[in-house]
Amino acid sequence: MTGFLASETARHIRHVLTENPVTLVAASLFLMFVLLALFGPWIVPYDPLASDSAAALQPPSWQHGFGTDSIGRDILSRTLVATRLDLGIAVSAVALSFALGIALGLAAGYFGGWWDTAVTRVSDTIMAFPLFVLAMGIVASLGNTVGNIVLATAIINLPFYVRVARAETNVRRNAGFVEAARLSGNSDLRILAVHLFPNILPPALVQVSLNMGWAILNAAGLSFIGLGVRPPTPEWGILVAEGAQFIVSGEWWVSFFPGAVLMLAVFSFNLLGDALRDIFDPRKRT
Amino acid sequence: MTRTLALVGRRLLGALPNLMGVVIITFILTRALPGDPAAYFAGGAATQGAVDQVRQQLGLDKSWLEQFFRYAAGLLRGDFGTSLTTGQPVLQELVSRLPASIEMVLLALLLACSVALPLGVMAATRPGSWIDQLCRLLTTAGVSLPTFFTGLLLSYVFYFLLGWAPAPLGRLDPVFSPPSQVTGLYLIDAVLAGDAALWWAAFKQLILPTLTMALFVLAPIARMTRASMLQVLSSDFVRTARASGLSPTTVRVRYALRNALLPVVTTLGMVFGFMLGSSVIVEKVFGWPGVGSYAIDALTASDYAPVQGFVLAMGVLFVLLNLLVDVLYTLIDPRISLGAD
Repeated sequence: MTGFLASETARHIRHVLTENPVTLVAASLFLMFVLLALFGPWIVPYDPLASDSAAALQPPSWQHGFGTDSIGRDILSRTLVATRLDLGIAVSAVALSFALGIALGLAAGYFGGWWDTAVTRVSDTIMAFPLFVLAMGIVASLGNTVGNIVLATAIINLPFYVRVARAETNVRRNAGFVEAARLSGNSDLRILAVHLFPNILPPALVQVSLNMGWAILNAAGLSFIGLGVRPPTPEWGILVAEGAQFIVSGEWWVSFFPGAVLMLAVFSFNLLGDALRDIFDPRKRT
Repeated sequence: MTRTLALVGRRLLGALPNLMGVVIITFILTRALPGDPAAYFAGGAATQGAVDQVRQQLGLDKSWLEQFFRYAAGLLRGDFGTSLTTGQPVLQELVSRLPASIEMVLLALLLACSVALPLGVMAATRPGSWIDQLCRLLTTAGVSLPTFFTGLLLSYVFYFLLGWAPAPLGRLDPVFSPPSQVTGLYLIDAVLAGDAALWWAAFKQLILPTLTMALFVLAPIARMTRASMLQVLSSDFVRTARASGLSPTTVRVRYALRNALLPVVTTLGMVFGFMLGSSVIVEKVFGWPGVGSYAIDALTASDYAPVQGFVLAMGVLFVLLNLLVDVLYTLIDPRISLGAD
């Protein structure tokens, strides 16, 4: 039976991947970014921090694929190396809000009462802010570090997970299988972990994939305005910011390539999120 | 009518907890400054005695609860603190810079709606057509675009390459002096002053930042319009209207679109949130002298009061905008004014 189900799922995944060629492209891009994050520092042609004033602000060439910046650093190397930091921030932030948000939402939906009121109130209050502005405020107040970027991004993503978990738990709280588990002597904690958690996993995972792109954008945006990651550390937002002043004098490549790679990463995450939603819930296709 | 008024009243009351929440969070943020806030506000070279005096002045030696009430009472009096770099009260500076941000955001919203609504409707009426594909591509690409990247790209193409747009630096070319302030929105003030050249100059500066922001918020509006329109078009009353022989345009506009717009209005709240957030970045890219660049300048100078004032002001503004959207929804939803629940 499980074998049948597994092959059914595999077929569905294959169907989603092959039906829309864009999804296949997105999956390959995703794989490329993961590989870059893992092996980036070893495959780049130059040291991302080494400057060479003789070769400053050179347009893209065979030697420097993406050109060089104002102090002659190789932009290709800097952009590729930055992948690890950017994805790292996004993955840790999303993992943090996933774990915390799901736990809070599960408890709120299952126990109800004042606990539910408190959790809902807090997540509503977070949503009462323009989220990027709140993230700015958090990083500005807690201190200008990468850890705080992760924390701020996790906090502004938290309400989405709380809402998904709470809603999905609420409708199942008194479902037959939960009653049965309760009657056969399972503790609340066990019911939450073993019976309810697996049920909210699919929508929560879809939320994760839709959030990843947004988390990357958010972190890059914060560093672009000078929060969190500091130069000379290569990071996509900073790399774009470093080239901003050269746009008006025509040295487009300094900002263009890091920005384009950032956009590509977010784009592939978003496409993949849509595909994942199709896999888990074919009815919600828009 | 009284029913509608009562509902509007309930919406107003419903916004109060959110407003409270915003104040509580900003209070926590002001107290979360790394290190000792008293030492920070006293300045680097202050003696222990001076630090203690500042601590007393700021009320940092009181209990948390008392500190909070002092903070809230200060806000009610319009006391948002003072900027260390300019020495001016934060509220005053925010108010003087707000029109620049509002002008850009409103124009961007107008532009985004005027493109996104027709696009969403056309995509929904012809599912699977090239326009539907275009809509799909735009909505996915739109949310993936880093606003700072689009802003720089547009500057490069339209200023450096084509020379169509003015230099991306500020609200007005330095050869012009700003119109005498009535609303603070240059486009309106220039009209009031009857100065066509000034209006054109202000408009040219606005084009690129507005376009950048519109590209960003186009996606959620178009996506929602399309989804909502699709749903309405497949509903029973539209089928009945079609079966009764009404012209396709009447069905599409008078029956479907009017109903489809309701969910779109509710997403405007979310759209405002996106815009207030991204305006910070757009203002930095275009040297736009609004509240966002004010906050960034303060951040760079480690001047925290303006940043906290900015976060608070944006939070309050966002709550009020959401309230406005809710009230608008209550007023335009025919089911509410006709008294059917």
